[in-house]
Amino acid sequence: MRGQPSLCEVLTPLNLAEALALLAAHPEARPLAGGTDLMVPFAAGRLPDRLFLNLWDLEELRGIVVTDGEVTLGALTLFREIAAHPLLQREFPNLVRSAMVTGALAIQSRGSLGGNIANGSPAADTPPSLLAYGAELELTSLRGSRWVPYADFHTGYKRSLLAPDELITRIRLSRMGEGGFHYFRKVGTRQAQAIAKVSLAAWARVADGRIQDLRLALGSVAPMPIRAKGTERILQGQAIRNLPLDAALAALQADISPIDDLRSSAAFRRKVAGNLLVDMLRGLAPT
Amino acid sequence: MTTQKILLKLTVNGEARQALVHPMSRLLDVIREDFCLTGTKEGCGEGECGACSVILDGSLVNACLVPAIQAQGSTMRTVEGLAGVDLSPLQQAFLHHGGAQCGFCTPGMLVAGTYLLETDAVQDEDRAREGLSGNLCRCTGYVKIVDALLAAREGRP
Repeated sequence: MRGQPSLCEVLTPLNLAEALALLAAHPEARPLAGGTDLMVPFAAGRLPDRLFLNLWDLEELRGIVVTDGEVTLGALTLFREIAAHPLLQREFPNLVRSAMVTGALAIQSRGSLGGNIANGSPAADTPPSLLAYGAELELTSLRGSRWVPYADFHTGYKRSLLAPDELITRIRLSRMGEGGFHYFRKVGTRQAQAIAKVSLAAWARVADGRIQDLRLALGSVAPMPIRAKGTERILQGQAIRNLPLDAALAALQADISPIDDLRSSAAFRRKVAGNLLVDMLRGLAPT
Repeated sequence: MTTQKILLKLTVNGEARQALVHPMSRLLDVIREDFCLTGTKEGCGEGECGACSVILDGSLVNACLVPAIQAQGSTMRTVEGLAGVDLSPLQQAFLHHGGAQCGFCTPGMLVAGTYLLETDAVQDEDRAREGLSGNLCRCTGYVKIVDALLAAREGRP
């Protein structure tokens, strides 16, 4: 069955206040950003929604604001804008690289960071980078705004903290300066236009030869993008010349819960996740 | 019960056009069925293949993934708008290098290639390949297409 545009209605607010009022009145409306995710199941007749809230014209959700301590991205910030941003390139290279491997140019011209998060795909490319950078999300409704750690946002497969009357409005990153260790790698079937079989993003700070801070996150190995907190605990504080590699690999296998699906197998994903951890640690502690 | 249509107004290849469409209709279907511009092709319908590439308000997009309502008031260029009296330099380079075989990907390749040339994103072969990575071709093996793009950039046949 194909999608049925003739059965669908679209609400198009002109500003955020109007959008929140419409969503409060119609909590069943599906927020629609650039359409790069939603239009695929919609056109195939696999999306049950009949009422959409078109966010595309909301200027309040656009733009990247840099202050001394933070970078705040509007939820409608496009992958192309992230890829082209000089400060993000310097200080948040994982986010830039993950934006650049999200589809190709035409997807990056319409796809948005907030949409990528809200869609909730465990295979999305930017979430592991956001987790590795300790991102926070602003969720807004007529009732007000709240900031939540992104690490708490996804609560299960395609489930999240977002209430039916809330929109993701901003994404905030704390600036950690230059000189930290950044790692992002996505493994797909081919280099371009592939959906990840496994992806891993990490941020670390090494001081006095030891891992002082480490955030490690993976995509496509669990019902949602996840932090590998058990693995982080094993590695935290360890001397980079003598890392407990076996214990870290064992902890990683306990942190992840991959499945067999049409893109890959659970066994392959477990193997590759371990290989990516080894590759990351080699970069952290070059011999 | 069907829902209300909207009067969609856009500038298409320099001409003011309008159509009465459902807001969630795909821009691709509006282009092909309402504007009868059938140069824009449907390949996968999932944003993977680039056969439906058009330039919308200066951005390269997959027309299969744009709901019509989000194109309201936009300026759009399709493959039909690339040639003037003569073929564009990129179109001539495709002819010269044999960049088209079955031809199904060609409109999308030409639109994406035009966008890359106009945004100066074809500095070398790697950049050309990266830029075209959202456009799939199952015939040429890409070499002739990339050759044509680089030739057009350098202003040679």
